[in-house]
Amino acid sequence: MPLKQAITGAEAVAYAMKQINPDVVAAYPITPQTPVVEYFAKYVADGVVDTEMIPVESEHSAMSAVVGAAASGARAFTATASVGLALMHEVVFIAASLRLPIVMAVANRALSGPINIHCDHSDAMAERDSGWIQLWAENAQEAYDFTVMAYRIAEHKDVRLPVMVNFDGFIISHGVEVVETLDDELIKNFVGKQEKIYPLLDTSNPVTYGSIDMYDYYFEHKRQQVEAMKHVPRVFKEIAEEFAKISGRKYDLVDEYMLDDAEYVMIALGSTAGTIKHTINELRKEGKKVGLLKPWMFRPFSKAEYQRLLTGRKAVVVLDRSASFGAEAPLYQSVKSTIYEVASKPQMGSYVYGLGGRDIAPHHIRQAFEDAFSGNLIVDEERYLGLRE
Amino acid sequence: MPLSAIDLAKQFYDKNPGITPGHRLCPGCAAPTIVKIALMTAIANGYEPVVALATGCLEVSTTIYPYSAWNVPYIHNAFENVSATISGVETAFKAAKKRGEIPADKKLAFFAFGGDGGTYDIGLQSLSGAVERGHKFIYIVYDNEGYMNTGNQRSGSTPTGSDTTTAPVGKKMSGKVQLKKNIVEIMAAHENVYVATVALTDTFDFMKKIEKALAFDGPSFIAAHSACVRFWRVADDQAVETSKLAVETLYWPLYEVERGVYRVTKKIKDPKPVSEYIKSQGRFSAMLKRPDAQEIIDELQQYVTARYERLLALEEATKDKPVRGPWSKKDVQTDEHAM
Repeated sequence: MPLKQAITGAEAVAYAMKQINPDVVAAYPITPQTPVVEYFAKYVADGVVDTEMIPVESEHSAMSAVVGAAASGARAFTATASVGLALMHEVVFIAASLRLPIVMAVANRALSGPINIHCDHSDAMAERDSGWIQLWAENAQEAYDFTVMAYRIAEHKDVRLPVMVNFDGFIISHGVEVVETLDDELIKNFVGKQEKIYPLLDTSNPVTYGSIDMYDYYFEHKRQQVEAMKHVPRVFKEIAEEFAKISGRKYDLVDEYMLDDAEYVMIALGSTAGTIKHTINELRKEGKKVGLLKPWMFRPFSKAEYQRLLTGRKAVVVLDRSASFGAEAPLYQSVKSTIYEVASKPQMGSYVYGLGGRDIAPHHIRQAFEDAFSGNLIVDEERYLGLRE
Repeated sequence: MPLSAIDLAKQFYDKNPGITPGHRLCPGCAAPTIVKIALMTAIANGYEPVVALATGCLEVSTTIYPYSAWNVPYIHNAFENVSATISGVETAFKAAKKRGEIPADKKLAFFAFGGDGGTYDIGLQSLSGAVERGHKFIYIVYDNEGYMNTGNQRSGSTPTGSDTTTAPVGKKMSGKVQLKKNIVEIMAAHENVYVATVALTDTFDFMKKIEKALAFDGPSFIAAHSACVRFWRVADDQAVETSKLAVETLYWPLYEVERGVYRVTKKIKDPKPVSEYIKSQGRFSAMLKRPDAQEIIDELQQYVTARYERLLALEEATKDKPVRGPWSKKDVQTDEHAM
């Protein structure tokens, strides 16, 4: 029987990991991720899981240890945020290039400096070209569901890539919500046993992991990573389909909210989607044809999906919770480049909001929509919501 | 069971102990021989080695894709994280054993190899963390006293007066002015660790220490003197001779520290002067031409003598006084639970 629990997003992620019962968890505390590893450590201490936990001395070592564990054939997990993810950066790339199906939960937090502990997406965006699949949760429920689905995607033979489950720091990680969890047995069967591919510990078939590539092979190996990413949307859809059967919750590459007849479309990642949905409900009452497109998956970025959904709209407004200094904000950049190929191009506007945990309120979202209604969008202009100028 | 000379000979002639010929290390490099002695000792003792390497000479020269000189499981992750990587591998082994995926009686020996750059400098945090957590692995630093893979740059291990490209001997500077970092003492300061120094010249001492490390209920750290014939500027048949001089001059004292108990495993009654060691290698020749050369040598000699006397005193003082005894089962990261 599904169980409705009032828990934080951090506990939801840890709870999913408890049900998955991975072989190895290596993690280091960092706000606002810490409760994930705390909850999990308690599960280990109480013997609720039989996972081996490595309380490492840094995030760099956390990622390094899960690389060692995953190469050995273990199902491995870590979690981090912000500068912790930045410290892992080097090994984040290595994990993807070794094609290791690691899962990492990221409680998104602003990067230093100045040091700031609150939510924005600069941490995950700095890793967007690392070769990891990026899933983005809007709430604790999605954080739970994506954690459950993550290993199936990562370990799929056509993929074999690590998965990052992003959930907004504090807003989701520390906010208590009602989360519907599934039965342990159901999760265990859904996640299943990992098919080990070239495990390091198979001493009768010794393998070399992490050899040096020169100009004669490096390029081909990178090309294989590109290819693996291409399989991800299909695999994600298949696994989402299966997950819908056991949970009743249907996921896709993007979430569509009141999109069918929408003339004005907003695009945003993470928890802000909830505030946008609320604002859309109000605007709809006023007769405005507005809708939301929320990427559930940001990497790979499924261009075809966006092109299909955005062609012919009057305007597309993209909200980014991170900046790209000297260039367009990352989500806007991605969306805008897909629009290049659509038959009927909408007007476009870029809005950066919420850096370092700055609150985003319905009136900010309304303001961006109203710019679109009045035709006051400039495609190459970046605007800011909730900023004192 | 200590290995006999016959066991040793069998290992050398019957098998390629982990690392095989055909790798691209410089002729005369000490590193692969260090690896061989360590791995064949493990194999002869019934262990299957699993090897992790830090980025460095040994790593780049043995695994140029699509070739690999390793016939045992091998992983390289990055420069500074070999200890964290082997932590993950060793923990995955524990997890697999616990879940019955690997037979309970399977004996694996986890080795991490790093150069001095990957050990003394960039990898020190990862190493200290892994040793503190008590992972069962043997860390071996092949100490060639500089960043030789990138062409002879100064490391924390480079000795005073050595000429490197980032601390060159010039008109004003005499090369590296600091002393070599004492990594052995740093590692010995961790709890429940077995630490030793080894040299190629003293093979049985080396093997005995590996055997001790294998049997030790916790992590081990072994510092191996590893001549870089290329940048120490010695002939390519002189790596062993250089090690011999290092031991005989007490530049490289052979000793071990087991849970705080010091033991000098090779006592040198009449040590040769350190100047003999210095003068045997071209890396010191620029410094030797300086007017302050004698001063530098004298200081080094004083240091080496004092260090050895201190080691003998520590041996006497710590005899039968381990910092703590073998860990009781409840303290160890057992298979039952890990936190």
